[in-house]
Amino acid sequence: MAGLLLSLSFGVVAQDAGLSQLEAIVMSAIVYAGSAQFSAVAILAQGGGAGAAVAAAALINSRFLPMGVALAPSLRGGVVKRALQGQTVVDASWALASRPDGSFDRGLLFGSSAAQYTTWVTGTTIGAVWGEGLGNPHDIGLDALFPAFFLALLVNEARSGRARGVAALGALIALVLVPIAPAGVPVLVASFAALVGLTRGAREAVFQRQEAEGEAR
Amino acid sequence: MSTGATVIIGAAIVTFAIKAVGPVALGGRELPTWFTSVVVLLAPALLAALVATQALADGDKLAIGADTAGVAAGGVVAWRTGSIVACVLLAPAVTAALRAL
Repeated sequence: MAGLLLSLSFGVVAQDAGLSQLEAIVMSAIVYAGSAQFSAVAILAQGGGAGAAVAAAALINSRFLPMGVALAPSLRGGVVKRALQGQTVVDASWALASRPDGSFDRGLLFGSSAAQYTTWVTGTTIGAVWGEGLGNPHDIGLDALFPAFFLALLVNEARSGRARGVAALGALIALVLVPIAPAGVPVLVASFAALVGLTRGAREAVFQRQEAEGEAR
Repeated sequence: MSTGATVIIGAAIVTFAIKAVGPVALGGRELPTWFTSVVVLLAPALLAALVATQALADGDKLAIGADTAGVAAGGVVAWRTGSIVACVLLAPAVTAALRAL
């Protein structure tokens, strides 16, 4: 349900940012990473260039690195097969397939991902093709949809005080840069706020969580 | 090639690479703690920056408008209920209602 609504919105808003109907659909079909697609298109909508848009997508996707590492021991086969199996990782499928012992249910991972992929591409197609019928994007408040989506993700993501502090710092950096830096750049520079993770306290928090997960196995 | 096509192909390549590298190259190995520590904080930093630059700015100027109020209303709902759908439906609705006044 959430996936359908979000992919519908993506189909509509991507065109508002300058993608064609076909481009919006192709992007969902070959990128298949919601927050990365939304981020890249948001940068374009702000007037940012292709490089900044791709960089934003890469940075927001970086969370798939540790997720892929955790998944690796549960996969079988050679390099190509493992690389392709890794593509089924999206937030929901990964969370659904993870078992309490730290391993992953491959059937559940592939199955839920296939269902989500179908929904994602179908929703984007419907939004891209019929979205114009909704009326003037400005009148229906469509420009509030992207930031609302990011804010909802942020609220769910930033549970620790440290994460909230980094979020505030990132927002501040971006707002200071908006009047002086080229479009798209403020968001990328704001990612440096994550370097707070190099402080001793932050590393210890990660270490303790890994230890706790290790004991649970 | 159009900007749109460049972004789509670029985003597809980086996404494929990022999703592939864990299963292929790092199987069974733990990432260094400092790396994971930075990666988990990248999302809050980027998401907050995306919210701020869209809800509190218009192009290269800081600006508050109906969309700011709509996003704020959505944020409160997301915070109270945890529902992304409710937030994404409410924000444009509030924004549109304010503009229609």
